Amino acid sequence: MAAVMPAPAASRVLMSGNEAVARAVWESGVKVAAAYPGTPSTEMLEVISTYPDLYAEWSVNEKVSLEVAIGAAYAGSRSFCCMKHVGMNVASDALMTLTLTGVVGGLVIAIADDVGLSSSQNEQDSRYWGRFAHVPVFEPADSQEAYEMTKLAYELSEKFQVPVILRMTTRINHVKSLVVVGERVEFNGAGFKKEPSRFVMVPGNAGKRIPLMFKRDIELRAEAEKSALNFIEPGSDKRVGFITSGPAYMHVKESFPNAPVLKLGFSCPVPFEKCRELVALVDQVVIVEEVEPLIETELKAQGLKVIGKEILPLQGELSPNVLKPAIAKLLGEPVPVMDSVVPMKVFPRPPTMCVACPHLGVYYTLSQVRNLNISGDIGCYTLGAGHPWNALDTCVSMGASMGVALGMDKGRGEADKDKRVVAVIGDSTFLHMGMQGLLDMVYNKGNVTVLLLDNRAVGMTGGQDNPGNGRDIYGDDSPRVDFAKLVSALGVKEERIHVVNPYELPVLFKTIRDEVKVQDVSVIITDQPCVLIKDYHKLKPFEVIEDKCTGCGNCIDVGCPAIHVTRRGKEVKPNGREVDLAFVRIESSVCTGCTLCVQPCAPGAIVHYAPVSPIQLVKKGCSA
Amino acid sequence: MSENTNILVVGIGGQGVMTATEILAEAAIALGHDAKKTEVAGMAQRGGVVSSHLRFGKKVLSPQITPGTADVLLGFESAEAMRWQHMLKPGGITLMNTAKLVPPVVELGLFDYPDDPLAEIRKCGNKVVAFDATSIAQELGDIRLGNTVMLGAIADHLPFGAETLLDCVLKRFQRKGEKLVELNRQAFEAGRAAVGAAEAAIG
Repeated sequence: MAAVMPAPAASRVLMSGNEAVARAVWESGVKVAAAYPGTPSTEMLEVISTYPDLYAEWSVNEKVSLEVAIGAAYAGSRSFCCMKHVGMNVASDALMTLTLTGVVGGLVIAIADDVGLSSSQNEQDSRYWGRFAHVPVFEPADSQEAYEMTKLAYELSEKFQVPVILRMTTRINHVKSLVVVGERVEFNGAGFKKEPSRFVMVPGNAGKRIPLMFKRDIELRAEAEKSALNFIEPGSDKRVGFITSGPAYMHVKESFPNAPVLKLGFSCPVPFEKCRELVALVDQVVIVEEVEPLIETELKAQGLKVIGKEILPLQGELSPNVLKPAIAKLLGEPVPVMDSVVPMKVFPRPPTMCVACPHLGVYYTLSQVRNLNISGDIGCYTLGAGHPWNALDTCVSMGASMGVALGMDKGRGEADKDKRVVAVIGDSTFLHMGMQGLLDMVYNKGNVTVLLLDNRAVGMTGGQDNPGNGRDIYGDDSPRVDFAKLVSALGVKEERIHVVNPYELPVLFKTIRDEVKVQDVSVIITDQPCVLIKDYHKLKPFEVIEDKCTGCGNCIDVGCPAIHVTRRGKEVKPNGREVDLAFVRIESSVCTGCTLCVQPCAPGAIVHYAPVSPIQLVKKGCSA
Repeated sequence: MSENTNILVVGIGGQGVMTATEILAEAAIALGHDAKKTEVAGMAQRGGVVSSHLRFGKKVLSPQITPGTADVLLGFESAEAMRWQHMLKPGGITLMNTAKLVPPVVELGLFDYPDDPLAEIRKCGNKVVAFDATSIAQELGDIRLGNTVMLGAIADHLPFGAETLLDCVLKRFQRKGEKLVELNRQAFEAGRAAVGAAEAAIG
């Protein structure tokens, strides 16, 4: 991203929650910010990297990004790290010790929960980490709050020497609303002060820090009781009051403008007294929170009579059309019908791989090889599970394709004895968590063929840079990992390492077919850039000669979205078998000339496109 | 709440749905409104469904449009305009591009593309104005002008004048040269005229 001039103070700017946090991080005088990209958190660091006077990095995974932020905070500077919900699973090892040492300079961890699963393998509530690690949690409800809470989080972090979790959800990260911005204030830390009893967490030292953590919990709860981030709006309709946090607050206000509401912006530790105040004010209290009943459970444990997930869903996003019927039912009122028209039935439009994606050839080839059990991974590779390839059998978590493949190999039953195990992983994913799995596979003498699809980018999140493409977050040159040497260093035999061009289908097919027969760990590296990054260069596009197309449909099986069916038909073969025909055309305006559809085209009907000039069109009597 | 204006922009990844919605939001803000914009676009760049919500007014709370409350549905693609009809309020209007973008699952023969999305939408009883935005963009020389054509199409269906919206569109291209500014102005006006003509034909 190109550097931009930060908007002047007091500007009224339309910002996403991610952009608002980035702005606040910069204004707070943060020196170090680190992250691994992940929807819906990615833009926070992308935007931070456009601000001057701080250091930003793409780390190889979330644990490392937190460690980098910890180091900076120990050194007395303000630091920031962000991740999506599943990223905290990776970073949690560092978090659980960080809570004991605490910080010197402020450290804010923004965690973006993909509520509603827009692009994740699970839905999890990151507020649990606040309880688990005994650290405070802030929950903004819109961009302005995300901005303000980030700044307040740094103050709280330093006051209690504790990291602060800023819990966001997709509807904060990716909603744009107005923010009034301020100025950057430099923060000058005292530098690193040696204090081994605090920073060296051997059992003897750590044991002494634990009571301090519990003492801090009590102080933090008292702080939450008086925090301006937790406030009651008295309302006029006392039949039902609401305790709510995060964007759920907006849905409550929208649905019940006259109801009493306690909004918890500083929601962990829960301010019990504030909650009692609201309970005393109304007939019934409903807890409205996304996703899990955390606040609800804590309040019930306190003996407070509250209602929550008995009437509200345990999954997905809340909205007025979820809240209104639930509360109407609670009050014994007629349940409003929210939909004026029943949704019409339209075909599904699942995401698919891009035109000319280098992975198309890999999945097409895998779909042609028989007797494979394929262990897949996170990222664009997951799309290989879709049509027409159906070439993924598992997908668990980032980097897990390696370990899962080894397990499928070692745990194979009689039914799978003739099957070959293949693992598919991307470059960034491999560097994030795959390397250790491959090492384990080699060390434990697995029989797996690994396809390492190096497209030189974190493709799914928008093509961010990583050590595999030799560029840093600023686009500057950086040493580039040599994957062949890397896997060799992990113990894969030289003769079992192949680097192939995924656009050369016959070579790819032969390499895969040969390697799955070998009783050893093989690594096949495909090395062609993602079509969405600047390393990709378009070639001359192709078109279909209509008269030559026999309707065999081989090209459709590649799965390139540039190929369209013009008409369908049927043909009876000499043996009496009836086959379906599909005649095609290529959308030449988007075709990049990758040749993946040309190679399986038996009649040679696909040739380079000859654009027709407007003059020729006029001569032919056509209109453009 | 009813005092907010709700605009739903729908299409598929890569068509510029999110950018168009953002420009609409900027226009609303320029006129002093509060505004919120959000979308469901998990894997937008990969040909999936994109629906972008814009709400503006004195004070906006929830960023999402409740089904059955959208004032205008701006459809960048025919089947997508059909898919989101349930979001419209009674008496709401659909402005749709007649272009059809057929996804791979249909090419593979797994599902059917509706024969006549426009007729299906009419069956719902909602007002719909259809025009070929993609062809207009192509005639101007670049398919990427499609989202400016669509913005021109909605220009006369907003609670504010078209000028502010046009200004916001052109501001985006100022740094890219006068030629692009002019092309986008033409695209905007062409979209506006196309909808005007189509509406006049409906009567």
